[in-house]
Amino acid sequence: MSNQSLSSWFKSGTPWVWLNAGAVSISLVMVIGLLGLIAVRGLSHFWPADIVVLNYNEPGVETVQLLGEIIDKETVSALRLKSAGVILPEGQSSGQRFLLKIGNRDYFGLDFRWINGQWMGEESRPEKVVAVERREWGHFYGYLGAVKEAGAIVAKDDAAWDELQIRLARANSLVDQIKMIEKKDVGEINHGIESLRLEARQLALDGIKKGSLQHQEMAQSRRGWDEQYKVLQTQLEALYIALSRDQMLMTMSDGREVEIPLSKVVHAYRPNAMSTLEKLAFYFHEVWKFVSGDPREANTEGGIFPAIFGTVMMVMIMAVLVTPFGVVAAVYLKEYATQGPLTRLIRIAVNNLAGVPSIVYGVFGLGFFVYFLGGNIDELFFQASLPAPTFGTPGLLWASLTLAILTVPVVIVATEEGLSRIPRNIREGSLALGATKAETLWRTVLPMAAPAMMTGLILAVARAAGEVAPLMMVGVVKLAPALAVDTMAPYLHLDRQFMHLGFHIYDVGFQSPNVEAARPLVYATALLLVIIIIVLNITAISIRNRLRENSKASEN
Amino acid sequence: MVEPSSIGSVLPAANSPIAKRRRFWREFKDRAARYGVALGGVSVIFAIVLIFFYLLYVVLPLFSGAEMKTESEYMMPENTTVHLALNEYNDVALSVDMGGQLQYFAAESGQVISRPELPLPMGSDIVSFSHGDYTTGVLAYGFDDGRALVFKREYKISYPNDTRYITPFISYPTGEALVKVDAKGRSLTALTVQSNEDQTTVVGLTDSNTLVILNLVREEDFMDEDAFTIEEKRTEIILPGDENITHIQMDIDQRELYLVDDLGFLIYYDITNTAAPDLIQKIKAVPTGVNVTALSFLTGGISVLVGRSDGQIDQWFPLRDIHNNYTLHNVRYFKDQQSAIVKLAPEYARKGFLALDESGQVGIYHTTAERTLLIDTLTDGTPSVMGLAPRANGVLALSTSGQAKLLAIDNEHPEVSWHSLWQKVWYESRDKPEYIWQSSSASSDFEPKFSLSPLTFGTLKAAFYAMLVAVPLAIMGAIYTAYFMSPKMRTLVKPTIEIMEALPTVILGFLAGLWLAPIVEGNLPGVFSILVMLPIMTILTAYLWTKLPESFRDSIPDGWEAAILVPVVILVGFVSMLMSPTLEVWLFNGDMPRWLDDMGIGFDQRNSLVVGLVMGFAVIPTIFSITEDAIFGVPKHLTIGSLALGATPWQTLTRVVLLTASPGIFSGVMIGLGRAVGETMIVLMATGNTPIMDFNIFEGFRALSANIAVEMPEAEVASTHYRVLFLAALVLFMATFIFNTIAEVVRQRLRVKYSSL
Repeated sequence: MSNQSLSSWFKSGTPWVWLNAGAVSISLVMVIGLLGLIAVRGLSHFWPADIVVLNYNEPGVETVQLLGEIIDKETVSALRLKSAGVILPEGQSSGQRFLLKIGNRDYFGLDFRWINGQWMGEESRPEKVVAVERREWGHFYGYLGAVKEAGAIVAKDDAAWDELQIRLARANSLVDQIKMIEKKDVGEINHGIESLRLEARQLALDGIKKGSLQHQEMAQSRRGWDEQYKVLQTQLEALYIALSRDQMLMTMSDGREVEIPLSKVVHAYRPNAMSTLEKLAFYFHEVWKFVSGDPREANTEGGIFPAIFGTVMMVMIMAVLVTPFGVVAAVYLKEYATQGPLTRLIRIAVNNLAGVPSIVYGVFGLGFFVYFLGGNIDELFFQASLPAPTFGTPGLLWASLTLAILTVPVVIVATEEGLSRIPRNIREGSLALGATKAETLWRTVLPMAAPAMMTGLILAVARAAGEVAPLMMVGVVKLAPALAVDTMAPYLHLDRQFMHLGFHIYDVGFQSPNVEAARPLVYATALLLVIIIIVLNITAISIRNRLRENSKASEN
Repeated sequence: MVEPSSIGSVLPAANSPIAKRRRFWREFKDRAARYGVALGGVSVIFAIVLIFFYLLYVVLPLFSGAEMKTESEYMMPENTTVHLALNEYNDVALSVDMGGQLQYFAAESGQVISRPELPLPMGSDIVSFSHGDYTTGVLAYGFDDGRALVFKREYKISYPNDTRYITPFISYPTGEALVKVDAKGRSLTALTVQSNEDQTTVVGLTDSNTLVILNLVREEDFMDEDAFTIEEKRTEIILPGDENITHIQMDIDQRELYLVDDLGFLIYYDITNTAAPDLIQKIKAVPTGVNVTALSFLTGGISVLVGRSDGQIDQWFPLRDIHNNYTLHNVRYFKDQQSAIVKLAPEYARKGFLALDESGQVGIYHTTAERTLLIDTLTDGTPSVMGLAPRANGVLALSTSGQAKLLAIDNEHPEVSWHSLWQKVWYESRDKPEYIWQSSSASSDFEPKFSLSPLTFGTLKAAFYAMLVAVPLAIMGAIYTAYFMSPKMRTLVKPTIEIMEALPTVILGFLAGLWLAPIVEGNLPGVFSILVMLPIMTILTAYLWTKLPESFRDSIPDGWEAAILVPVVILVGFVSMLMSPTLEVWLFNGDMPRWLDDMGIGFDQRNSLVVGLVMGFAVIPTIFSITEDAIFGVPKHLTIGSLALGATPWQTLTRVVLLTASPGIFSGVMIGLGRAVGETMIVLMATGNTPIMDFNIFEGFRALSANIAVEMPEAEVASTHYRVLFLAALVLFMATFIFNTIAEVVRQRLRVKYSSL
């Protein structure tokens, strides 16, 4: 009986329905799990985790005190542990391993260490442990001993912490001043001198002899720049001397005393002594620094502002390029072209181009835009700076153009869809009232199709923001020396290379020397990118949905 | 004047000038819009088409043959020239004749630049001449008293007043004094020479059929760079009496010696140790009745080219077998010329060569690509010598009667052919024909290996494993979502899965490489247990569900099975991962990757399994979305009719709905395949990118797209490598375009079918 009911149950098809349901569940679990993974890893990076102090009794080695953050843990089978030299007690089939961030890379050689749970002694979280974020060599963990000024101790033990905060604030403001001068003022001078050099080349190309009026003028302005530079130089020297005044004396977990100049310190904090509220404040401060700061240490520390800026710039220029062309092409296909096999063919081709691999567009962009167009532009307009290429090298403009070509099918398809949703009678009504075709289009049809265009544009932007493969060829770099927009004419530098969030992920995750240290940063970057793209997509979808409802309403 | 207007209207009268003007303007704007839009639309479409044609435009030169163009023709005096050489810029030529006369002249006009005097000895005659490897410029005369003179052509380049000025001269690697090759003073009837900074070797054939090998090693003083001593080593090989040697050649490294006798035997000596030359092989290289008429090394000194009296040219190189013994193999041949080959001129930097035959025809060949690029007439058949330009972009020919001809050769990309791209190629020093992609190397005489086969294989392998994951999940998911799921849940599920299509693949690649790959490596049994347990547990849950009390089941409406299964899926995943170490101990001695290794299955951390899982995940939304639309779009009256006739929902699905929607599902799969083939970042980041051809799921591969991303930024513009990468892009373009077009056409047909039903 039971046997029969089982077979009839199988015959009814119910199990297969469930199996299909299982496929949906798996997809859902994967999607949500993936987003959750990125979110958790990306967000937890900024939380000031407690620093643990523990005694580590590795057999055969002297017991050492370790100090650091526990980053990760994994369960390992006894057999694998055995091959690593760890003998578990009888009957235990697996042991745990912990990844400890011990920092102090310049002293320990490694800033991450796997430790076996088996050999871990007692842990404690003393409040006095200080974490120092440095400009070089990653984090430092230790105990604050004293604060020094020019080698002489000014504050010790308990008083040292408050003194440190005051002096750190001063050092950081000095660093900001130096950065300001070096980046902005010195940059301006360099720009001035470079443009003088180009002018001189141009004069030589035009055949104007040395000693002419132009040459004299140039010599004069060069002297002006040189003088300005000297002034800045002395200013900078004074600032650097002031900056090197203070040091902090730290004790590491192995008892060694180390002196860290405050010029190398971003900030120092005591996570174990922080209350949850303080930690929360610290957390948002860190998030802000991540979003607004410049990268440090081969992109593995610091912020990602240039990458955000580069992505936004590129996408904006692309949007400006892609919208008119996409809309015009769609209007032509839908409103003007005679509908027949040819337009059908074109429509299929356009649709298909959305499926052509992005790397192919990258290859095309490199060959056609960069080498062919860019090379010719350089020949025509930038002869003075040859053989150093201006536009004949990957840059912002070419990246935007390449992505514009890549996304134009998206805009065309979305706009066409919008145009075809507009009821015939609206067009006919307009024409019947005597409007020309152009007037009908401009006054009636296009405004109604505007949300569709918007949808297409947003989808295009979302696609462009996430593309990396083509950009690797046409303009993205791991570290751009300058942003594409600055205070020097012509303000928007389309020929410059730029940083990009997606490429940042690839570069830091796969090309960086210290992947372990960079990994949380990559998760954070990935999270930011995912949020941007999902928000863009949801916007596009909701606009499209509203549009569909509206068009249904107008049909009725 | 007041404008006339129609009474009672705000508009001007129909025929008033203002109305006319307005009408004109409106008409003008309308036309302008028409043409403007048409122009814009056509140009955008044109720009899109341009991609294809630009790729093609870059790729096509790869397959065009060589061209030769006469630059200048002039007369020189009658001569006995045996050697001609051009310099780097094809402007200065050197001719060497049998009388010991050297002449540098302008290659364009024949105007003499200089006639360097050689320190020829009084009282002995030149009886033989030989040139070393063309790239070194070493030359030698053999004399009838057993001595030889080694000299070298050189050029000094200076730039006074920004113009290039070339001063040719002659240097003497072993000093100006003659070297005594044969200690017994016998006449050197044939000669071969090679020289580099460290050592010079001269091999001479004396008139008593004895081979004399002289090796001069230059040893510099540690203290003083200019002071050096030369260490001499000399050996004799007495050849069998029946060997009448006609050709003798030594390789650039002075390790191998090839002789050819008049019966067509190729005799191969190893002379690495001068004191003990070793006869490796003597092999009949041509059929009886055919003679060897020319012998030359290919650049690099690994292969020899044998020109035959019937116009055929064979390439031979030694291969090492498992016992470390070398044997010569005839690897490939070219049979495009009809008369006896008299001169072979290898290119300096590529594995190509020129062959001149008795009738004056010249052939341009490339060995790796097995291409005959050009057969053309060079001379009228009078005995001639030719000198090939170092960059292989020109050739100078001089006949004994004094006719000189300088030709420009346009032969940019000989190393690629259909054969070398897609079929097995027997590369130098390899023991069999293989598919290899190795585009660059440090050494200059490197043989580039441009086989797209391993890369295409990698792309297909990635796509195959991705589809293996994606197709069942996406289609089954779509079936459930479209047909069984409650509408409320569907509005949530569909966008959630679809939004994943927009997820940047760089993020997926990063997670695959840095998060998933280590997890998979550490929990391999767990991963497989998930794959097996998920369907089993799903059906088990379904069965247990029927056993639950009715009242409880009724509290959950139909179409929410997927939600019930979510905790099951999570649980299976969790338990599998938890059990993984235990399973590993039970079944695989505690370490599955090592166990696989012991079984002879290679294991990489970044392998096809990881790519399959992650890329499958990336492709799911594409297939899901299209399939779901197709199933959802099946007209309702069909399903209702079927249900009304008493079919179960499952029967209705399999016999009615899926059949109707099958073209849509097919097109979804095709578009998904197109996406998997072109995907770059995931394959770049989640595999080791080694171009191997192995279907093993635990090993990596190198895909076309990843290869482009890695190599394109470093490829020199317009080089063969650059164009081959463009070809790879074109292949991807074509492949995805074909997949997508099929899918699109099928989908449009389906749309028509639905609307007619």
